[in-house]
Amino acid sequence: MMTKIFIEQQQKKLANGVIDRRHFMMSVLATGLAVPTVLSLADKAEAAAPNRGGLFRMGIAHGSTTDTLDSATSENHFTLINGYTFGNHLTEVSNTGELIPELAESYESSDAQRWVFNLRQGVEFHNGKTMTSEDVIASLAHHMGEDSTSAAKGLLTAVKSVTADGKNRVIFDLESANADFPYIVSDYHISIRPAGDMASGIGTGGYILQSFEPGVKTVLQRNPNYWKDGRAHFDEVELISIIDPTARQTALMNGDIDAMDRVDLKTINLFKRNPNVNILEITGTAHYTFPMRLNVDPFGDYDLRMALKHSIKRQELVDKILLGYGAVGNDHPISTANRYHNSDLPQREFDADKAAHHYKKSGHSGKIQLSASDAAFAGAVDAAQLIANSASEAGIEIEVVREPNDGYWSNVWNNDAKGWCACYWGGRPTEDWMFSAAYTNDTEWNDTAWKGTDSSKKFNSLVKEARAELSDTKRRELYYECQSLISDDGGSIVPLFNSFVSANSKAISTDKQIAANWDSDGAKCVERWWFA
Amino acid sequence: MGVATLFAVSIIIFSSMELLPGDFGQAILGQAATEDTVAAFRRELGLDQPAIVRYGQWLTAVLQGDLGTSFSGRNASGVDRSREVVDLVAPRLRNTLFLASMAALFAIPLSLVLGISTALYRNSVYDRSISMTTLTAISFPEFFVAYILILFLSSLSSVFPSLANVDADTQFGERVYRVALPALTLTLVIVAHMMRMTRAAIINLLASPYIQMARLSGASPTEVILKHALPNAWAPIATVIAFNLAYLVVGVVVVEVVFVYPGIGQLMVDAVARRDIPVVQGCALIFAMTYILLNLIADIIGIVTNPRLLYPK
Amino acid sequence: MKIKTNIYSALGEVSSVYDRRSIWTRSLISLRKAPYTARFGMVIIFGYMLVAIFAPILAPYGEAQVFPKPYAPWSSDYIFGTDQIGRDIFSRMIYGARNTVGIAVATTILAFLIGGVLGLAAAINRSWLDQVLSRSVDVLMAIPSLIFALVLLSIFGSTVSNLIIIIAVLDSTRVYRLTRAVSLNVVVMDYVEAARLRGEGLGWIMRREILPNIMPPLIAEFGLRFCFVFLTIAALSFLGIGIQPPTADWGSMVRENASLIMFAQYDLKAGLTPLLPAAAIALLTVAINFVVDWFLHKTSGLRDDQ
Repeated sequence: MMTKIFIEQQQKKLANGVIDRRHFMMSVLATGLAVPTVLSLADKAEAAAPNRGGLFRMGIAHGSTTDTLDSATSENHFTLINGYTFGNHLTEVSNTGELIPELAESYESSDAQRWVFNLRQGVEFHNGKTMTSEDVIASLAHHMGEDSTSAAKGLLTAVKSVTADGKNRVIFDLESANADFPYIVSDYHISIRPAGDMASGIGTGGYILQSFEPGVKTVLQRNPNYWKDGRAHFDEVELISIIDPTARQTALMNGDIDAMDRVDLKTINLFKRNPNVNILEITGTAHYTFPMRLNVDPFGDYDLRMALKHSIKRQELVDKILLGYGAVGNDHPISTANRYHNSDLPQREFDADKAAHHYKKSGHSGKIQLSASDAAFAGAVDAAQLIANSASEAGIEIEVVREPNDGYWSNVWNNDAKGWCACYWGGRPTEDWMFSAAYTNDTEWNDTAWKGTDSSKKFNSLVKEARAELSDTKRRELYYECQSLISDDGGSIVPLFNSFVSANSKAISTDKQIAANWDSDGAKCVERWWFA
Repeated sequence: MGVATLFAVSIIIFSSMELLPGDFGQAILGQAATEDTVAAFRRELGLDQPAIVRYGQWLTAVLQGDLGTSFSGRNASGVDRSREVVDLVAPRLRNTLFLASMAALFAIPLSLVLGISTALYRNSVYDRSISMTTLTAISFPEFFVAYILILFLSSLSSVFPSLANVDADTQFGERVYRVALPALTLTLVIVAHMMRMTRAAIINLLASPYIQMARLSGASPTEVILKHALPNAWAPIATVIAFNLAYLVVGVVVVEVVFVYPGIGQLMVDAVARRDIPVVQGCALIFAMTYILLNLIADIIGIVTNPRLLYPK
Repeated sequence: MKIKTNIYSALGEVSSVYDRRSIWTRSLISLRKAPYTARFGMVIIFGYMLVAIFAPILAPYGEAQVFPKPYAPWSSDYIFGTDQIGRDIFSRMIYGARNTVGIAVATTILAFLIGGVLGLAAAINRSWLDQVLSRSVDVLMAIPSLIFALVLLSIFGSTVSNLIIIIAVLDSTRVYRLTRAVSLNVVVMDYVEAARLRGEGLGWIMRREILPNIMPPLIAEFGLRFCFVFLTIAALSFLGIGIQPPTADWGSMVRENASLIMFAQYDLKAGLTPLLPAAAIALLTVAINFVVDWFLHKTSGLRDDQ
């Protein structure tokens, strides 16, 4: 009898993460049970259903008084997390990184150009209306057409038409084949809302909006009719915008919130010592870049670009800017978390001789300006100074220009007035999406103005070919070459892939694996986490 | 006169917003902006019209008592979700005034008492140590003072909460408790300035013949200061207090950020960053009115306490 | 002019006293009479000046020199450790003296020149000039200065000279109001009236009749304005605008390391790091204001206590 109670206790401890599996095995084996029995006990405990209930308070590093509930202009991590609490999408990127159907039950295509989505039946919006193809079409139309002000407009330009086939089926016709199209509709902007009401926060999600104060907080209550199984465990949720990192960390240490995003890496080693704090770290597709614009002198010169690419101490940047929470990049935007990361490409290292050699060949002399602001990413100004410092070892003089945070994205980044600046890319779940967002010649966000060179022409045709290609091995080959083309000839210096580092109180439990596509478990922590 | 000031303020703010590069669409879309989408935003918000026309429209509306709607939230398809500037500003203004009055309630009596007593016991150890403490307190940036207070009063001993996130339903008692730390921070920040100016204004008068006279007639030092010096020192003191009260209303954005207090400073900073011109204009008008009102009071105090100024020659 | 000592002459006595005491000796005498706090203040100010001038000699490392280890602990190599990208904090503190004090002095003097002169002129004129100036200052002051500075720096770029000019202009409005307020009390005095009736010019009245009588509150304000410049720079860097890197300044250094204070319970020395630049600012502020107090006391003409 005593042993039974003891085993139950140990099981609970294991489920809550108080002890690890090994510890559990040792202690339970000591009661005289056989190994296979104990193993199954451990599995059972670990697979224990998450607990329901509790008030989950989260501090989020963003939030502005201009925020809205309209997903079309969702622009920061607050609106992102907020949007995922009350809204669903046709597809979603799961916590293990695969694309799974969400409001669509299934999707198929024979030629990658005509996509058929079968909708889940009987899903109700929070206002009691049943979701049908009409709502899906209206939700997509919200991001399309000339007068749309949606940030997802660029993503859907390739969609020729969206039509209904009955109440529960929607057909997308694309301009050209795209094997990755189902990923596109998982984008956080493309939330499915009831037709005619895209902005009042009524969705099909696990939580029902109680109140929303822009730039301050959101209060939500669990949706009793949530259609999804095994998700949305908290009874109540409060999302609080706490922009100052020190205030956010203090709130977590004092127990005023249960979780927070964006840990300040400067103080992380001290922060970790707090007994109440648990750090979650995952490396995803997000990366820091320093795009050089080929149409601005002197960056049109291949040798000059090469010289700069060789004058960067990538590991130092990872160590000092990310304090080790990240990985070095190889001057292309595809991370190890992507499907077709080119692992054969040799890692580019700091090499003063090569840098000096290329620099001399380029014939350039004088200072090169590098614009940076912490609006690009936390530590951008510091990173720029480190680059200036290492480049000086190769005899290249770089002048760091600190730009105002305000208006950085419209005045500095992707702007011909500045040839070289710091930039951040959230990363995209697929290679095609990443390339067509920032590197192909038809995108406005081609922040390196990498067009016209031979390599770039070749790159563009390769990307098109790969987009329509359904064979896995063939795509891998094509994408490998794309990465090497960007890495050599492209204008972007990609020195770092940053990890998402968030923190929560020890009372919070998560799935074994958390998603790598956004901070805080793919920004879906509210739906995925629970109180142990 | 006040109206002319408000008018000038609105022109300056409007033109500096126009001078700031970028517009609402670009700011909201950030990295995701495309020419096409930004153009759609401009059409929707009427930003494609010349600045002078937009200012004219805004001014006409304001003269009819309509501060307009924020740029954010307008672009909803379907249900109208536009936000009145008044609705955005009013609750936050209430919060700001509440915090300001809490801080002023501590700070003004405290600085007057300290200022007068240090003038009385000038150059004593008491005077020096008060000077040193208050000067050290104002040498620290506000956010740093806030962090130190949080460390001692919230982290190490949980006397007060570190988050002052109040909302409309928060009860008065709870509200006072929640804003204790921000109010204390602001008190520390402004006391030194007011106290030192009070002290200086009084000491400046002590050498005047009439004070010497009072002293010779046997008045005690306390009497000299309270009855003779202080009444004549009110003009500069009132000016300094007005500065600091205005500061409590308009200048506390940093404290709001640290304590997550939904005040009007944060609203204006957000609106500036997003180029939400109607909200910026609304906030600027309120700030300007506060300032004008406080200075009017300071001037009146100055005039009332110096009868000679009533009759300029 | 030497006068024979064996003959008494009133002129001789007066002039010999006058002869003996040059400006230097007079200052020396008053210095000797200065209270210990004022002397302490002057020593500190002098020390800061030395550090600022000889920064490159005193600092063990360069202002922008980067070492491999970020956040190195306090040690004999790096007295106060290294910062987030591995620069020696002690060296940056020393260079910070030069940059920060330089910027603060320039800004404050500029602000007092603009605000003081205009304020005096307005107080004496009391008609159209006063109206124009006061109304324009009202307009400028009615705009929240921190946010306005943020906007202006975003428009014009945050170079050091822009920073100085913008903060000085915004600060000068405060100086203007104070100067005007205190000089109004003086302007109505009979001796000013007399000077005006004598037909003295505006500049003369300003310099000779009013300025000496309004100095004390202005000096007191100077001591505080000076330290507000540091605070404005720190607040601006909190809101995302700062001095161009790699220039070291104390305001930004406090901002960059401020969050460490929260962890003082885990690592005391790291927790104290942000206190260093803050303490440097505080010490200078206290020192300046001690000297100011002494001036205040001297110029007030009080002969009591001590």
